[in-house]
Amino acid sequence: MSGLKRSTSGPGERLAALRGTTPQSPHDARAIAALAANPGCARRALLDGAGIDKDAAARHLGFPAPFGQSPFAITRGNAFESLVKADGCAELLRMLREVLGLPIAEVAYHDVENVGAHLRHAHTRALIDRAAAGAPGAGTLYDHPLLSLEIAGSTAYLEPDVVAFQLGGRFHIVEIKSFAVIDGQADPSAVAAAARQAAVYVLALRALLEELGHDPLKVSHDVVLVCPENFANRPVATLVDVRRQLAVLRRQLTRMTALDRLLDDLPEDLTFDLAPGEDGLPTRPPAELADALRRTDARYAPDCLSACDLCFFCRDEARQEGASDLLGRQVRDELGGVASVEEALGLADGTRHPAEGQEEIARLLRNAERLRKECLA
Amino acid sequence: MSLLTSLARLRALHEGVAQPIATVRHCHLSRRPMVFIPLKLSGEAAAPLAAMLGTDRDRPRLLVVTQPRNRDQRFAWAAELAGVLLPYVESFLADTETVERRNADPYERALDAPQLVVPNLGAVAFTRLLGRSTRFRRTDGPYPVPEEVPLLGRWLTYLGERASYPGSSLMPAATEELGRHWATGQSGLEDANLAALLHWITDGPTDDAEDPLIWPPAGPATDPGFDAEVLAPAIDSGSPERVTEALRTQLEPTWRLMWRAIDLLAGLPEGASVAQRWEQDRASFSGMAAAIAEGGPPQPRRDGAVAAAARLARMERAQAAYDVQRAYDDPLVMAEFRLTGEAFAGEVVETDPGHTEGEGRSRKLRPLVVVKTDDPVRLPAGTALGTPQRRGQGAELVSAAGGLVTVKITKGMGRGRTPAPGAVPEVGERVCYTSLTDDFQGSPALPESESTPWTHGGPPQEYVPNDDDAQEEWS
Repeated sequence: MSGLKRSTSGPGERLAALRGTTPQSPHDARAIAALAANPGCARRALLDGAGIDKDAAARHLGFPAPFGQSPFAITRGNAFESLVKADGCAELLRMLREVLGLPIAEVAYHDVENVGAHLRHAHTRALIDRAAAGAPGAGTLYDHPLLSLEIAGSTAYLEPDVVAFQLGGRFHIVEIKSFAVIDGQADPSAVAAAARQAAVYVLALRALLEELGHDPLKVSHDVVLVCPENFANRPVATLVDVRRQLAVLRRQLTRMTALDRLLDDLPEDLTFDLAPGEDGLPTRPPAELADALRRTDARYAPDCLSACDLCFFCRDEARQEGASDLLGRQVRDELGGVASVEEALGLADGTRHPAEGQEEIARLLRNAERLRKECLA
Repeated sequence: MSLLTSLARLRALHEGVAQPIATVRHCHLSRRPMVFIPLKLSGEAAAPLAAMLGTDRDRPRLLVVTQPRNRDQRFAWAAELAGVLLPYVESFLADTETVERRNADPYERALDAPQLVVPNLGAVAFTRLLGRSTRFRRTDGPYPVPEEVPLLGRWLTYLGERASYPGSSLMPAATEELGRHWATGQSGLEDANLAALLHWITDGPTDDAEDPLIWPPAGPATDPGFDAEVLAPAIDSGSPERVTEALRTQLEPTWRLMWRAIDLLAGLPEGASVAQRWEQDRASFSGMAAAIAEGGPPQPRRDGAVAAAARLARMERAQAAYDVQRAYDDPLVMAEFRLTGEAFAGEVVETDPGHTEGEGRSRKLRPLVVVKTDDPVRLPAGTALGTPQRRGQGAELVSAAGGLVTVKITKGMGRGRTPAPGAVPEVGERVCYTSLTDDFQGSPALPESESTPWTHGGPPQEYVPNDDDAQEEWS
């Protein structure tokens, strides 16, 4: 199959054309949280929408992503998770009783992962529907539910590594993380990332309830974060209020340009097909792929370095363009609308005349340049 | 970050080399610093893997936990670390000076203090956690640890906490100190990579700095690729030598970078207020040593309400003082305030040294100075001013218009009928005046810890170390 399509087809087909012969890679909550952190990036929205494996693409382009997880961290994470979930989540229930102050007498545990993959979403829906309606025997804990969320006009399926907990028709998202809480304090950036991810699940579960005709607010904005306590492997549960993250996420998702609008602006023959060979490795000439990517707008920011697989590619592009984005949002904000390094320096040493609206920043830059010269003379 | 720093970053990006944002060094540099590079096992809260440390750049000590999941080996490692660190720390206790105080007994202050230089803020945080996981241990009872371990924990806790105190130089992080003196053409996030930051300052930027095979991360986390391909097989092989040599390859490049960072900072002349801040460090260090000598308990897990409020107030004052002192010490830092109109500098064009105000007995000497400046002055008449050229002096802004500013000297020009020699600047002298001053409001009066109000949880229970603390798991 050729990745090129010339028809004015619907967004679904258009995305399929962008993907070409590359197998679709699913969204996860981390990707959605990262996407929401940089909603203006059309390149990322398109790649994610089409389900392109960004990691493979970056590698093929010669800009492998700087991420990796240590086997020690993976082992520890898995060990901790299985400890929490052992014996039908017995340990988890003990903590939920404590942290939510609920009398949880009997418990039914459903691991949705046991169901065949193609049925998981339907099965999750059915279970949640019955639970929300208060049907008897609907269960208390749902492990590995498959949720879905509309992202920029396309449906993303989420396979959370989490448990949804239900009692009396009220749901809580339970997120298990292996970073430690020491004397009641944890690494703030790790907690923030966990909260952003949990917010994605809360939103997805609320959307599901709404779709099924139930009250979406039956899903609590308090998520239960389960982490090891101090230096031991003993789990401790904490309630984390994700209302702020939910609000940010909702706003960013609505701000995200709808994919079909982005698709309309693309050249008809554009494709991000990696053309995987029989061994699954990309065979498309990297320069060709790079050209295709450059025809979509990226909004590089240094924060991408901790969130997006394509970060090194986009940073390289920003360097070649001499964009002040390279220096971070703070510098960019301070320069107030002067996008390129060349332009800002030209305004500073007076070799360039300020355009309309740039008079104030030009005056400041000239003054700053004068002061630096004077002090370093 | 100010516009001045942003401009320096743009210039650095354009020229391909870092630009100075300070003309003097704002941190103290010990004559005998100890470089300390800790590594931890990924995925664990505070499991030590290795450390390279020492005061001699040609002879680093390498301490390794060859089976990182083995609790006994961890404590043996901590004891080894104590064997290097504690003698270093204690070597500063012998020579002291007696300091007289108002309303308090005199105390002994060490003439010099230890300086533990670490690569980055991650190393500071890890040091604190190491301190937290060792300071409550006991040398007797069910899970005894080597004798030096709890003491090491208290010192590591102290140093780690002191590192967040603005202007302290007891435990500086190399990336932070370099970043305070040079602006690179990359983002702050990328400046946290010591190799990348140093290359910007010395040879110009290189992507090699981000290649863990060329420049391994400066810790405390190791490169995931190294963990998977080198470290895990080495640990599984059960050969301590193999693990040790593997970790040496990860630490040695950073060791060299650390000394280069120290050399770079040493190349800058010391700022005028650095000695004063170091004196506070020495006093704090002596206080900690005295607390240990008196047999006080280890630092509690958390501060009580009063202690926390007092700590916060101290740190806020230290931050304010640090900001002002740096501006007074360094014209390039002061330039940031000149840019925003809170300071101005220029040439004295006219003076009236004998100017007086009032009549008869209330007649006061108030010399006038007129300064010609290009700076945008945004200070109203009557603003109290200070000047880096004459630190004890106080002045007041009389008027500012058309690039001419008239200043009235109000303090520090002598008590006679004419100003003391040199107290009033001469025509032609370059001067700088600023509304930034070093006098701050005193801290709010806080109640004694025993009378903490109920709104703040009431008096905190006195911390008594217990067996649970001493036997806490460390898995």
